[in-house]
Amino acid sequence: MSDPTLEVTDLRMHFPLSGRLGRAGAVVHAVDGVSFTVAPGEVLGLVGESGSGKSTVGNCIMRLLEPTAGTIRLKGKDITHLSRSQLRPLRREMHMVFQDPYSSLNPRMTNGAAVGEPLRLHGIAQGKDLERRVAELFDQVGLNPDLRHRYPHELSGGQRQRIGLARSLSVRPSLLIADEPVSALDVSVQAAILNLLTDLQHDLGFACLFITHDLSIVEYFCDRVIVMYLGRIVETGTREQIFASPQHPYTQALLSAAMTPDPDVQRGRQRITLEGDLPSPIDLPAGCAFRTRCPLAHESLPKSEEEVPELRDVDGDGHLVACHLARHGRRVPRLGERVAPSTDRVAGR
Amino acid sequence: MALLELNDVSVRFQTDDGPVQAVDRVSWSLDSGEVLAVVGESGCGKSVSAMSVVRLLPPSAKVSGEARFDGRDLLGARDSELRAVRGREISFIFQEPMTSLNPALTVGRQIGEVLRRHLGMSGAQARDRTLELLDLVGIPAPQRRVGEYPHQLSGGMRQRVMIAMALACDPKVLIADEPTTALDVTIQAGILDLLRDVRERLGTAIVLITHDLGVVADIADRVVVMYAGRKVEEAPVHELFAHPQHPYTVGLLAALPQASNGSGRRRLQEIPGIVPSLPEPPRACTFAPRCPRADDRSRSEEPPLGEVRPDHLVACFHPGEEPWPEGWRS
Repeated sequence: MSDPTLEVTDLRMHFPLSGRLGRAGAVVHAVDGVSFTVAPGEVLGLVGESGSGKSTVGNCIMRLLEPTAGTIRLKGKDITHLSRSQLRPLRREMHMVFQDPYSSLNPRMTNGAAVGEPLRLHGIAQGKDLERRVAELFDQVGLNPDLRHRYPHELSGGQRQRIGLARSLSVRPSLLIADEPVSALDVSVQAAILNLLTDLQHDLGFACLFITHDLSIVEYFCDRVIVMYLGRIVETGTREQIFASPQHPYTQALLSAAMTPDPDVQRGRQRITLEGDLPSPIDLPAGCAFRTRCPLAHESLPKSEEEVPELRDVDGDGHLVACHLARHGRRVPRLGERVAPSTDRVAGR
Repeated sequence: MALLELNDVSVRFQTDDGPVQAVDRVSWSLDSGEVLAVVGESGCGKSVSAMSVVRLLPPSAKVSGEARFDGRDLLGARDSELRAVRGREISFIFQEPMTSLNPALTVGRQIGEVLRRHLGMSGAQARDRTLELLDLVGIPAPQRRVGEYPHQLSGGMRQRVMIAMALACDPKVLIADEPTTALDVTIQAGILDLLRDVRERLGTAIVLITHDLGVVADIADRVVVMYAGRKVEEAPVHELFAHPQHPYTVGLLAALPQASNGSGRRRLQEIPGIVPSLPEPPRACTFAPRCPRADDRSRSEEPPLGEVRPDHLVACFHPGEEPWPEGWRS
């Protein structure tokens, strides 16, 4: 098998707090030992809620942040500690699109200049050739090439996101990191961007790390899924494995809380409500970080307070779960049957 | 009799770029204990139409039409009359609780202020009632939370405080403008459960303004779909999702990503074009420029709302639940 496009091993990103915040020596554990690979042409979804560390992972890979520990390999080459100048030729290989197309484009650059910039900086095209390639790129992402001479503020949100995609894909990267690329868009526009991404990915064959909080998009778009909670991976598997038989109690709760646009389905199923707030990433609970909210926490005591659960393959099919209740041949119990819905809880007060 | 009723409400804004018709003759009514969802994409006028009811709009807004609460006229009411209704009988929760709470006041002070001002409670009474309210909205350890400031609470807890504040005067109507949009999925589920519980236990009617059809499917009894300032469709929730009639609603539902089963991804329905910003309401269907079913009539005549199925209103000359033709582009 050829090298994976991206290989992340035991990635850690810790942010020390400054003394002025009153907590000298305290550390935010944003990412705490994350490992995964993305195969060529594969779409890997990275899901989690606020504070899960999913965006930090993306920013570390792009080296927008200096990771505290771990290694990042791009097509087999260790890029973790490369200097800016060493990294520059590799910037062709990976590109990022951001959530907010309003703030990620330079307002003083024409759209054409923005799309052509990577080609120009990497010395791939210039002059007439650059003009022609930029016009082609506009066409490829479904934009009228006349918009090249306009500025970002003259475009709609969907059009700006197309500019972002054209810019990212201009240099034919092997890896696209997309951080919530459609979250700021209306549904009908979001659909168009997802269709476009599907087409481009099919035609250009890039690998994609798709970072999002939206489970319906993950289920629609991704081949494989990683679920993160408080800086760690709690579960990973193929789309079918995660959506058809979620194991980790957090994944189960997350899936049960996702809204389905069908009143019969939506009202017919049991929702697993998590108690309490997300713990602070400064004082991570010892052992399993999810135990403070886990409906099954009592079943794995005292182990859950002592040991961080490792990712284990339960069925021998590559579906990994980090839960003390999961071991080889034994799955985590389904939650729906034993946890009362929260309406009863509130009404019973 | 309807509790809250909008009749042909229109809202125009004067902007630097000329007038904009944000809401165009919208009518709906809300019964006691009902959850009515007003749904649409950015700029469709869903929030403006609801805020116009209690005149919570900037001075540049010109509102016409009629809004009645419990038989009383709201749009023509004097400020003093309106103040007695606003925040007391009709209250609000907004998308971002952090910007609607005062960061310099404790949770207890903020809720207490509502109780003292609207209900004339004493300090001690207000404190007791505040604890009751915090407990009602599912905030653990209310004794401790009353002394905390908004920044000490998580997003979900802040939204619960907002709801507690909104419920302080036992309102008959709660207008919730994207109440869960800024929240994580698991927190959103808890807030929706809470709203459901509030409706069931206190009988509060809710106007839910949202862009999220999943949230609508979860909690609404009836749905109003808006497009470019107009109401284009209205139906009970099960009817709307099972038999959408307006081509915009049909397109919107097909635009939502859903699981692809095995054989590659299903293409999502795109709705080409953009929502128009209208200086004047056109004498035509506002959706016609983007609509696969539009014809000369749609472009020259405004489709009236008609009942195409029992209890199901649509403003379209060509209603029907068929999907859009494949690969259609405007």
